[in-house]
Amino acid sequence: MVKELLKHLFKKPATLKYPFEKRDPTRGMRGRPVWDIERCVGCELCVKDCPSGAIEMFGKGSKAEFKYHLERCVFCGWCEEVCPTNAIMSSEDYELARQNMAEMIIEFKRQ
Amino acid sequence: MIERICGLCSHSHTTCYTQVIEEILDVEAPPRAEFIRTIIAELERIHSHSLWIGLAAHEIGFDTLFMYVWRDREIIMDLLELISGKRIHHSMNTIGGVDRDIAPEIINRTKKGLESFKERMEYYRKIGTTERTVLKRTAQIGILHPGDAIALCAVGPTLRASGIKHDVRADDPYIAYDEIPFNVITYDGCDVLSRLLTRFDEVLESVNIIRYALDHLPEGKTRVKVRRWVPEGEAIGRVEAPRGELIHYAKTDGTTKPNRYKVRTPTLGNLPSVCEMLIGGYIADIPIVLAGIDPCFACADRMIFIEESKDKRWVWSGEELRRHAKEWHQKESSPP
Ligand code: SF4
Ligand code: SF4
Repeated sequence: MVKELLKHLFKKPATLKYPFEKRDPTRGMRGRPVWDIERCVGCELCVKDCPSGAIEMFGKGSKAEFKYHLERCVFCGWCEEVCPTNAIMSSEDYELARQNMAEMIIEFKRQ
Repeated sequence: MIERICGLCSHSHTTCYTQVIEEILDVEAPPRAEFIRTIIAELERIHSHSLWIGLAAHEIGFDTLFMYVWRDREIIMDLLELISGKRIHHSMNTIGGVDRDIAPEIINRTKKGLESFKERMEYYRKIGTTERTVLKRTAQIGILHPGDAIALCAVGPTLRASGIKHDVRADDPYIAYDEIPFNVITYDGCDVLSRLLTRFDEVLESVNIIRYALDHLPEGKTRVKVRRWVPEGEAIGRVEAPRGELIHYAKTDGTTKPNRYKVRTPTLGNLPSVCEMLIGGYIADIPIVLAGIDPCFACADRMIFIEESKDKRWVWSGEELRRHAKEWHQKESSPP
């Protein structure tokens, strides 16, 4: 063990100095889902299939808008999978902590 | 949601859940999906066991080993993220198969990662068997005789370290374990050292299982379509989680929600044997004996002391107990 320790004495540390240094997200990472609202046809499938009830929909059909609850989401990617028009995508955002509950609710509105 | 039961063996829980629901639905996942499930399950076993090895080292005050093992555990975490898109809750299982396929380039990177991890693990295993500090704190500590292990329903590595060959993967093969050759590791030292060695060897065995699975990955689909509601019925699933046998039971009533759901986690099976292991030991050895079963709980982190002759009672938290353990052993080993 001592030999191993000496060998590491002059190596740089294995950890990153977060938040100053950040790790690049892996390709295909399943982070926070985001809506491309213009593609949505308002079929409500994502709302019905979300296992944790993290999606709220307002309005119908091509007027549908969403409230997404970050604090409830389990990042299963199921909404992305069921959406028939690919309006939902998993982003590579992994910094999900917020200071208060209100910031955990993210709204997606039409122009 | 099932995978949020545990942050370490999330895949075991979902595997068990899909096993139960697929039995009620009477569907079978395609062979490629079974293999991918196995690969993730073994990667999970490796990361869970190496986490435990680090923790055990921390409990006996060997923090250097703890740091190094955890650093190299990152190799496995990165592989899991590469395959599934997430580090801890992989969300790979779905009813009827798996969510993602493994691309050929990922197979190559996984093999490379496993190679370097295996090298490191073999080195740590050598330290575990030769380093005086490790041997002194683990050999002949927390003895659990085979008879008691069976009587108290111990499971997993705790049971196998008492010399009993029991592993759900071998006894009642699920997913792809019936097609992959592997050894069930047992040691008959019955002490913490045996538990440590069992886990070291299981990690190395898991590396072999994953390599074999990657080489023999069948072609084909990764999932079948299933209907969206589950018929009436009940089923039990058994899975060898990193900590031992995990049991899920479900009763469904023909809707989309189960009527009854019961989970028996391995820690519950192992807890009674801790009482047996502690008898006749030192208080200073409690942390490592308790850690020896790889318990998975947050609420039992304190204990009450009663000194009958002085009618005194006091409570120690886990941290104080650990400090006592270090100080007591330092005093014991230094000459008067
Ligand atoms: S990722 Fe899963 S939990 Fe999160 S919003 Fe989508 S379906 Fe719901
Ligand atoms: S599933 Fe897709 S199209 Fe349907 S409501 Fe959700 S975002 Fe819109």
